[in-house]
Amino acid sequence: MKKPTINLLLTLLFFVGILGCGGGQSKIDEIKAKTQKAPSDPMAEWQSNKGIGPVKSLILPSEMDPELIASGRQIFESMCSACHKIDKKFIGPSPKDILTRRTPEWTMNMILNPSEMVQKDPIAKQLLIEANGSPMANQNLSEEDARAVLEYFRSL
Amino acid sequence: MKKVINRTSVVISVLLAMIIVGCSPNSGSNGALSSSVAERVYVAPGEQDEYYAFLSGGYSGNLTVYGLPSGRMFKEIPVFSQFPTSGYGYSEETKPMFETSHGFVPWDDAHHPDISQTNGELDGRWIFINGNNTPRIARISLSTFETEEIIEVPNSAGNHSSSFVTENTEYVVAGTRFSVPVPQRDMPIDEYKGNFKGALSFISVDPEHGHMDIKFQIIMPGFNYDLSHPGRGKSHGWMFFSTYNTEEANSLQEVNSSQNDKDFIAAINWKVIEEYVNNGGGTKMPAEYAHNVYDESTHMATSTMKKEVLTVNPIDIPGAIYFLPTPKSPHGCDVDPSGEYIIGSGKLSADLTVHSFDKMIAAIEAEKFDGDAYGIPILNYEDVLAGTVRSGGLGPLHTEFDGKGNAYTTFFISSEVVKWELGTWEVLDRQPTYYSVGHLMIPGGNSRKPFGKYVVAMNKITKDRYLPVGPEMEHSAQIYDISGDKMELLYDFPTHGEPHYAAGIPAELLAPKAKKFYKLEDNKHPYAVTTPNEVTIERKGNEVHISMATIRSHFTPDNIEGIKVGDKVYFHITNQEQDFDVPHGFAMIGQNSSELLIMPGQTKSSVWEPKKVGVWPFYCTDFCSALHQEMQGYIRVSPRNSSIALKWSLDGDELN
Repeated sequence: MKKPTINLLLTLLFFVGILGCGGGQSKIDEIKAKTQKAPSDPMAEWQSNKGIGPVKSLILPSEMDPELIASGRQIFESMCSACHKIDKKFIGPSPKDILTRRTPEWTMNMILNPSEMVQKDPIAKQLLIEANGSPMANQNLSEEDARAVLEYFRSL
Repeated sequence: MKKVINRTSVVISVLLAMIIVGCSPNSGSNGALSSSVAERVYVAPGEQDEYYAFLSGGYSGNLTVYGLPSGRMFKEIPVFSQFPTSGYGYSEETKPMFETSHGFVPWDDAHHPDISQTNGELDGRWIFINGNNTPRIARISLSTFETEEIIEVPNSAGNHSSSFVTENTEYVVAGTRFSVPVPQRDMPIDEYKGNFKGALSFISVDPEHGHMDIKFQIIMPGFNYDLSHPGRGKSHGWMFFSTYNTEEANSLQEVNSSQNDKDFIAAINWKVIEEYVNNGGGTKMPAEYAHNVYDESTHMATSTMKKEVLTVNPIDIPGAIYFLPTPKSPHGCDVDPSGEYIIGSGKLSADLTVHSFDKMIAAIEAEKFDGDAYGIPILNYEDVLAGTVRSGGLGPLHTEFDGKGNAYTTFFISSEVVKWELGTWEVLDRQPTYYSVGHLMIPGGNSRKPFGKYVVAMNKITKDRYLPVGPEMEHSAQIYDISGDKMELLYDFPTHGEPHYAAGIPAELLAPKAKKFYKLEDNKHPYAVTTPNEVTIERKGNEVHISMATIRSHFTPDNIEGIKVGDKVYFHITNQEQDFDVPHGFAMIGQNSSELLIMPGQTKSSVWEPKKVGVWPFYCTDFCSALHQEMQGYIRVSPRNSSIALKWSLDGDELN
């Protein structure tokens, strides 16, 4: 006769336990987020995707900076060219015309924060699958270096 | 029904308790749970230890890094032994680290690690350790945790009273255990007495780079110099060495070296000797000893053979060296944090002898001597004695300090750690060890500022502590909590090789400055490939140099043709990664060497001399990514007289 009461108590306590530990609302949000359906094609929404990382907003000047291009080229050759070729998809995609497919912020965040990007960002996740799971290496570029590399990409 | 209700309330209480515990991660130090011994050594998954402990590996030749209180081993740092895991001592860059005046010596018996100090406190820059067998001192960086320098010690044998640093790391000291003819010569062994000598070496340490240089050697009488420790605080400038075999026996020492009731602790005022040699004192003696230095920017070691050493004869420097009579073949020679007490552990005794630095100075000033040994004044035992610890144990070996006025001494024969009070010499506590303890270590225990929370006892005998694995067992260690009045045994863990001494340091002093990777732009290796465009293969006669790049998950190049039987092929591999913990390995089939494990930004080289025609694969040995299994390549080996040209490529693109 008492059994249902015990069960009820246990259930209640269980929830008190969960909610008590982590702040209830965010847990629910987390569960919601997990169960929501992903958009069918992440690439289609590239224009609104700035990626995840230190670069939140970047407005590129219309004129390109030749000095920045030169330094970006040098950094690219030393840090990136083992996996990225200009003229073809190699281990990873070619950076040519990247800004017709990705935002400047996304591009820099992918360089600066690849581990988190391939875990969380829908485009980066998709690219990881396309690269057979070969991860984008974090080459520990500074934000300045990544900006130079982006300028070099613009010049291609 | 009552029963049901009771059970309900029990369930509720338990659940409530779980919720409370689960919610506050710091609850461990309070309440009923704090009595759990397991919890005090439990470092939860993802959490980190409070201290680093560096345990000598004894006959493994290496140094192992542990966490305290967990007893988890993090790394084996190769020092005096070749280490195929990383290629240390096999790679072309690190082979020179093993050069000595006896040629390539790929092993040693590593004994007493000591961390560099500034103002008598641990500064966490370097750790030194001695090779006992072919006398050498090594310096290891505590940023890269790699061996950076090894200096051989001439005129020495059984380099045991080593490698202890002075208060500002002015010197790392190396004393001989076995006296020998100095200089070495062909002579009858039974003419030992009066003819053999014991060299005590003061090796200066460059304050900026840590580079070592033998500043002077004191050529002492032919005793056995067993252990040493530096003065600190008021006794800074002095170094104390225990001696045995003052009988100068040359055979059956187990009996013949135990005849004298007292041997000596040698007190050496190195500041006086330093001044003497700075003013031109001492004699330059021809010698031969290797000095091997690893350069972090070229990732290469070089070996230089030195030809001369500055020696000092004790009788030429009156006022610098005195003998303190100490009973029963003293082993450990330890100095308390204040610098006042010098503890001699007469290993054949039950008691500890404590000398007073102040009394020693007073006796010296009053010139109260009891004769001399080979011209070195002997002080009166009673004049320098501060006290005797009547321990009740047997076979005292080593003493460490907690910085709260207590000392902890190991007793080998009675298998225990004894806690006693400095000044009253009263025994406060004793705890058994399992079994036959040698050294013990309190982090900072050999400094002005010990961190007296834990002591680790390192035992010589393991027996039944772990599951048996044949006749040889790894040695056991025990960790005790010493924060309270009584020591509490917390945990028991196996160690590697045979730890002699160890050195510990709070994690917060080292972890933040541990290197994560080498910067490619700083790589000055002559065969470094800092961009994949630089990969190249060069033939000079039958010598072929392959400069290769690696990144997850391919080698550039990965197809190589034009190698011939009889060639001597050098692989120079540069890891292009610039991220923490992404090494790549390199192994070539049939190579008469070890693999290479190349850290991000680093270049390492190995030699392969192909003996058979065919197409031979190489691969990455470190599981580096999801496509690690794909990380491989081929080398075509043609007959000796073949005319096939050198050719190298990646994905069909020829790179030459």
